[in-house]
Amino acid sequence: MIGIIDYDAGNIRSVVNALNRLGVPHFVSNDRKELSKASKIILPGVGEARSAMDSLRAVKLDQWLKEQTVPFLGICLGMQVLFDHSTERDTPCLGVIGGTIQLFQRTSAAPKVPHMGWNTVTLAGKTPLFNGIRSDEYFYFVHSYYAPLVRAVIGTTEYGTIFTSAAHQDNFYGVQFHPEKSGEAGLHLLKNFVELC
Amino acid sequence: MLTKRIIPCLDVKNGRTVKGTNFLDLRDAGDPVELAARYSDEGADELVFLDISATLEGRKTFLNMVERVAEAIQIPFTVGGGISTVEDISRALGAGADKVSLNSAVLARPQFIDEASKQVGAQAVVAAIDVKRSGSGWAVWTKAGTEPTGLDALSWASEAVRRGAGELLVTSMDRDGTTSGYDTDLLLQLSEIISVPVIASGGAGKMEHLRDAIAVGRADAVLAASIFHYKTIEIRELKQYLRLNNIPVRL
Repeated sequence: MIGIIDYDAGNIRSVVNALNRLGVPHFVSNDRKELSKASKIILPGVGEARSAMDSLRAVKLDQWLKEQTVPFLGICLGMQVLFDHSTERDTPCLGVIGGTIQLFQRTSAAPKVPHMGWNTVTLAGKTPLFNGIRSDEYFYFVHSYYAPLVRAVIGTTEYGTIFTSAAHQDNFYGVQFHPEKSGEAGLHLLKNFVELC
Repeated sequence: MLTKRIIPCLDVKNGRTVKGTNFLDLRDAGDPVELAARYSDEGADELVFLDISATLEGRKTFLNMVERVAEAIQIPFTVGGGISTVEDISRALGAGADKVSLNSAVLARPQFIDEASKQVGAQAVVAAIDVKRSGSGWAVWTKAGTEPTGLDALSWASEAVRRGAGELLVTSMDRDGTTSGYDTDLLLQLSEIISVPVIASGGAGKMEHLRDAIAVGRADAVLAASIFHYKTIEIRELKQYLRLNNIPVRL
């Protein structure tokens, strides 16, 4: 069973719909006991880092998350909170992955913030999460803050700067884009995650 | 590289897709869920659904349709039409929409943009603006384009972004339904002052029009309805054409 964490910071409905489409059993919860029974965990997330961390702390999931050994997938803000720190309201995050989340600077190559729409993910290194997915496949993004290039990088995207759009550290995976909104390629990635051992 | 988005728009009345000319004269264009699935398969990047039902019953049907759309497709979609409270927004996003489009309600009470943005985040708040040429500029109209507001389009667009809109959907009422091309002057002027993505709407008739909205008007996305509903233009063919014209698209 896949446990989807509900912490008032995500469009959970889309993730649920995507898993239904794949025919994968899942449940939604913010309870540690319940979530401990999950064989894999998804942390969705839309919104803002400080409130997301506050919400995780309020249900005592912040420490608990770091101790998990089952495959874990953070999506969008759910990936950003895996890092050490976010400059969004100067927020200390979970620290599973080293690095600081930054705000996009508007430039001629990236004139609009948020970075919104379909962009390519260039694969960096081998990872089961992207099994059967070509490098430079398109995924749907919507975010104003980004992860810098770090050791855990498995996919990069360019928007004014080259940033980490997918990361992998031990059992923790994170993607900045929304696989649940990225058509067939996104479903493929979720299927890969579901099939991880 | 970030691609330009192609966005089919579905006007929905009592559960059916309709399309009018200059905001009037509605014609039936099919089941919205079927159309949504077709567009998603053909490579649409995003969808917009506008509820133009006037009755309570029609609104319930619309929310039910939003749920079915969310189950049927895996691309982002926006819903709008008659959204005037934070509860309306919660219902729409709860049914599975990714963004809401706000129009008359925020013209009546601009503070509603701040409230919406604070509650669900700027990325989920689209300010829809219906404009008509007026002298050397553009005027904002409200209530589905039936009443002038006296507001200047460029200053209202800036205010909407300042208040927390994450995206603008700008419809030229002069061009809507005419198939004579987007108002690229309007788009270009907006692109110079607006820091969030702009979706061009109103006037698409042939592929050159969509190219020009992006290449000349610097729009981030182009929205169209009838050319897609009636298959005047196929999305894949359009994207190939845009790519040949050096516009980045997802293919």
